[in-house]
Amino acid sequence: MKRRFADLHLQPNLNDAEQTRAMLAKASELGYRLVAVPLPTVSMETFAKKLAALCQENKLDFASRLDLKPKTSRELLQQLRRFRRRVEIIAVVCESKEVARQAAKDHRVDLLNFPATDPRRRFFDKAEAELASSSVAALEIDVKPIITLKGPARIRLLAVLRREAAIAEDYRVPVVVSSGATNPLQLRKPMEMAALATLFDLDKPTALDAVSKAPLTIVKKNREKLSPSFVAPGIRIIREGSDCP
Amino acid sequence: MKAKVRRRYLALKIDSREKIGQKEFMDVVWEAVLRLYGEYGASKTNLALIEYDAEQGAAVIRAAHTELDHVRAAIATITEIAAKPAAVHILTVSGTLKKLRKKLEYNFKP
Repeated sequence: MKRRFADLHLQPNLNDAEQTRAMLAKASELGYRLVAVPLPTVSMETFAKKLAALCQENKLDFASRLDLKPKTSRELLQQLRRFRRRVEIIAVVCESKEVARQAAKDHRVDLLNFPATDPRRRFFDKAEAELASSSVAALEIDVKPIITLKGPARIRLLAVLRREAAIAEDYRVPVVVSSGATNPLQLRKPMEMAALATLFDLDKPTALDAVSKAPLTIVKKNREKLSPSFVAPGIRIIREGSDCP
Repeated sequence: MKAKVRRRYLALKIDSREKIGQKEFMDVVWEAVLRLYGEYGASKTNLALIEYDAEQGAAVIRAAHTELDHVRAAIATITEIAAKPAAVHILTVSGTLKKLRKKLEYNFKP
């Protein structure tokens, strides 16, 4: 069966309609079938509706996403309680170890994102991976810094990503490779994203899964959970009311 | 016995608002390969420009089949050509030029 590809991290300027439209059109042209755009916490539903309409124009499936950037684990828990049922994907931008640990063990978190390129400020180690493997969180790696950084900064980043990808594989934490693109020229085709993932030693099938199977599984699972018929994992309402024996 | 040299032909699309010259384009491809894999790695790619159309922003290059993923990754790291923002996308890959043209005709008909 032909693979479907997804990019869960497009970052257009949502106030610039023209740029957003161009990015979605480019994503469709490059072969993606599903995209996710981080929504602002204010007027989230309005932006989600607009983006869904734009995606439909471009024959794309849109998944709503929220990037949480809490400063403390307490703040993370509050935000999760507030937003989990309102969006399809929750990503936590881990800027401190405390937040990273809390995010990894919370089953409401879908993606762990480490934005820092400084190795000392990336917290995906064995302890983090062990927590993430027991919940359902995946490690998200953006390719934007890989293509924009040059020289020693890129060398250091690739070394860190190689270590993180190896830990993720050891602890069976899914890896999701996203673009993190802020303009259309930073978007790459899925096969090119997979080729970039081989730079941090993901083998070809895993690299391809990181741009297709892994992100699609997250979206599918969360859509099931958000559907009104969902009761608990594996249990859903098939019939109710008078037609129920 | 010497193994037969297997090659891959890559059809590329240059995504840029500016018109890019052939030399500028090949320079940037070589630079990307050199940056990522060094001179030793670049020497194994057997890169060569086969066709170039500056008007269409299209090119066909040839690479060793064993180094296809390396070339793909290197091309993906191109963010500017001659100090102008740009991206290069691989449209299709084939083992022969004839098949490449057929695929291009079939998949990318205007």
